[in-house]
Amino acid sequence: MTQIEVTVNGAAQQIDVEPRLLLVHLIREDLQLTGTHIGCDTTHCGACTVLLDGVPVKSCTVFAVQANGSEVTTVEGLEQDGALHPVQQGFTEEHGLQCGFCTPGMMLTSVALLEQNQDPSEDEVRQAISGNLCRCTGYVNIVKSVQHAGRVIREG
Amino acid sequence: MVAETSPEIGGMGHSVKRKEDARFIRGRGNYVDDIVRPGMLYLDIVRSPYAHARIKSINSDAALEVEGVLAVITGETLKEFNLHWMPTLMSDTQMVLPVDKVMFAGQEVAAVVATSRYAAADGVEAVEVEYEPLPVVMDPFKALEPDAPVLRDDKEGKTDNHIFHWEVGDRDATDRAFEEADVTVSQDVYLPRIHVASIETCGCVAEFDSVTGQLTVWMTTQAPHAIRTVFALVAGHVGLSEEKIRIISPDIGGGFGGKVPVYPGYVIAVAAAVVTGHPVKWIEDRIENLQADSFARDYHMAAEIAADSDGTLKALRIKTLADHGYTDAACNPSQFPAGLFSICTGSYDFQNAFAEVDGVYTNKPPGGIAYRCSFRVTEAVHAIERLVDVLATEVGMDPADVRKKNFIPADAFPYQSVFDWEYDSGNYEGALNLAMETIGYDELRREQAEKRERGELMGIGISSFTEIVGAGPSRHFDILGLKMFDSCELRVHPTGKAVARFGTKSQGQGHETTYAQIIAQELGIPASDIAVEEGDTDTAPYGLGTYASRSTPTAGAAGAVAAGKVRDKARAIAAHLLEAEEVTEDDLEWEPGRFFVRSDPEKGVTIQEIALAAYTNHPQGMEAGLEAVSYYDPPNLTFPFGSYICVVDIDKGTGEVHVRRFVAVDDCGNIINPMIVEGQVHGGLTMGLAPALYEELSYDESGNPLSASFVDYLVPTAVETPAWETANTVTPSPHHPLGAKGIGESATVGAPPAIANAVVDALSHLGVRHIDIPITPDKVWSILRENGITE
Repeated sequence: MTQIEVTVNGAAQQIDVEPRLLLVHLIREDLQLTGTHIGCDTTHCGACTVLLDGVPVKSCTVFAVQANGSEVTTVEGLEQDGALHPVQQGFTEEHGLQCGFCTPGMMLTSVALLEQNQDPSEDEVRQAISGNLCRCTGYVNIVKSVQHAGRVIREG
Repeated sequence: MVAETSPEIGGMGHSVKRKEDARFIRGRGNYVDDIVRPGMLYLDIVRSPYAHARIKSINSDAALEVEGVLAVITGETLKEFNLHWMPTLMSDTQMVLPVDKVMFAGQEVAAVVATSRYAAADGVEAVEVEYEPLPVVMDPFKALEPDAPVLRDDKEGKTDNHIFHWEVGDRDATDRAFEEADVTVSQDVYLPRIHVASIETCGCVAEFDSVTGQLTVWMTTQAPHAIRTVFALVAGHVGLSEEKIRIISPDIGGGFGGKVPVYPGYVIAVAAAVVTGHPVKWIEDRIENLQADSFARDYHMAAEIAADSDGTLKALRIKTLADHGYTDAACNPSQFPAGLFSICTGSYDFQNAFAEVDGVYTNKPPGGIAYRCSFRVTEAVHAIERLVDVLATEVGMDPADVRKKNFIPADAFPYQSVFDWEYDSGNYEGALNLAMETIGYDELRREQAEKRERGELMGIGISSFTEIVGAGPSRHFDILGLKMFDSCELRVHPTGKAVARFGTKSQGQGHETTYAQIIAQELGIPASDIAVEEGDTDTAPYGLGTYASRSTPTAGAAGAVAAGKVRDKARAIAAHLLEAEEVTEDDLEWEPGRFFVRSDPEKGVTIQEIALAAYTNHPQGMEAGLEAVSYYDPPNLTFPFGSYICVVDIDKGTGEVHVRRFVAVDDCGNIINPMIVEGQVHGGLTMGLAPALYEELSYDESGNPLSASFVDYLVPTAVETPAWETANTVTPSPHHPLGAKGIGESATVGAPPAIANAVVDALSHLGVRHIDIPITPDKVWSILRENGITE
């Protein structure tokens, strides 16, 4: 076992982990934050996307020990003081989700995009979320959701 | 239909925001892998590397040495309880775990139970299995040759690989119509094997109380009640009893038909929970999911049309070979081995038709689920919509004109098809006209002509499909004898709020919202005050589940009927409350949420006041309470339809197809929630694009899967997916209480032929008449190269 220090959704944690433990299992099982999902084994689907020091990563392909000293943001960390993140608002308003399984990963990728670009074009959104698969929505409303969130952020 | 409701009530026609979203956007959904039980163990599965092999030995010794591994379960273990085989829905048999031989690569061979996910995976690596490879049969045509190895030698007296023959129509009359026709066209059309690949894979948590005999299984199922009964029937001899089985289908991360079957993993997990006395979790990974879970399609169709030289359709003939893998585990109504393939006459007024399907065994995984369509409807629609285009080219007509010439006219409904379906309602030309207008069809044809002059490749494709959904009337439809009704149990509480429970199970369709809207429409109770529950067999009324676009046609109708019963009782209570006005029930009128006195509309009582009275001041002689149950047996299926037009541009250098525009006009009858309907169409279109251009489960000749992960099984991303354009016409179903038809699958059915027709259209001047889907860059590039268009 190896001890790591990781800050998850703002809370610093010291945890003993097996060296081979995947970050997604640390998040889901040790920390019981089950909003992060697992959809494949090959880093393609993006259901497990979290922010590692602000950068979207697929947590099924990151060892927990690699997160040592880092900050992790999961879907549970998006809502602040009872206020939904603009991305959460956008997905609700624009019907950007159906079964909800890809949604947490999709939203975290979108959060990272909007940190860089608050007014993304349709094409920029599509490129940004191209590592996150959705089987239900056909992406049209996800694009609208992200742009909706951009408007909310811009309008402060 | 009752009057329109206000936005505050949020009945039919309002784009009410989804109730489900509050938990999903916060990561608070409750999917099966989120469930943790005290003392829970993990199960992982050893799978066969061979497509056909005899198992010589299984050695578990090393696995049992692995730290955390508690047990290794094999076919021999299950055989002690006579649970090593299980029946399929089509009265075939499927191995839970093999005792003799494996029949496809990826098949379950043994299971390891351990204290952690990681230990179970280590245990799987340590199980030693010795195989003796056997001859492999992958090609379904070769499977029927006389010298083909008989795969199902477990079946006494079986001498070939043929499973079933099914046919419909008048063969002789159809043959005569072909002989007498001016024009005949024929085309082989293959719809390849594909996989639903819902982003959540399958799995379960099984928990057994050895003292009470209570079994609880949280599982990814679209049909929890049917599963409960199947478990009771299959495992009754080892002590499982239906009143002590509880199936809970929690939040489901996409289903599309893939979560209808009973997979061996579920059964092994239940057995492991019973044997170990601990809760057992089994969650498959993506590679297992793509290798072993039910496939869809795999229909080899030889289709022919006979017509007059003016393009009038005279007869249709389709001969199909269906590759079912090693067992017929298709999820069809029991009396329909080829599903509803007999919708293959489509939107057209055929007087003669004959269709036949033969099922065959191969060394591929079993299945035959829908991939987001009613049973085998996509196969049927692809054949007819492709063939109509082939005919249009043959007779030199525009494909839109051939369609319009042969549509079942709007005034011919209800229409009896030559295969004896009664189409409930339709206006096919209306939908096609709207699609052509929206996309600017004539202008596109002009643009195409100009581009062709310049050597550019652009194509326009049409699909005017008719679906057949909402199974179904109990006189025809059952699964293992269980009639395909569905149900709603509605309870209105004293404070005027309500809970409605249904026999279906949402997998993302938004039932919690749309069902509430149905009740709101009928009772005037705001949708926000109505809790909808599904998926728990201990609380929900019995139903057959959600697939084949049946939720709205069956359970949705049950909701409307149950609400109507509640309203009838409410009327009696209202008359009681208005006693001082000297009125009877007959003097009362209904408006959403309120009964009022016809002669004095100011005087009335709200549904909330009535609800309170039902528990506090009900008429003497009447039972207290305000609730109702409906088990709805639909009088007919529903027939949603639409017309789709697709515009593609083809890159001459790479053969890549770019979908430039796609207009989808759908008609699903009356619409409950326009926002959700549009979302269903968007998703369905993307699951139509997927097999049209990208997805295929393929195998090498030894039976090794070549597309067993998302590296090779190409689910479309946001980049490939076009910005879908949607519109609706509304032709209500005459027999559904709400005039609704169902929308979840129309687009998956209708989109592939529109895309294929567009690509063929782009290449038609080169003599191309057909390309099998998926239309990959490689296939197109090869055609371009043969024609000297590219090097």
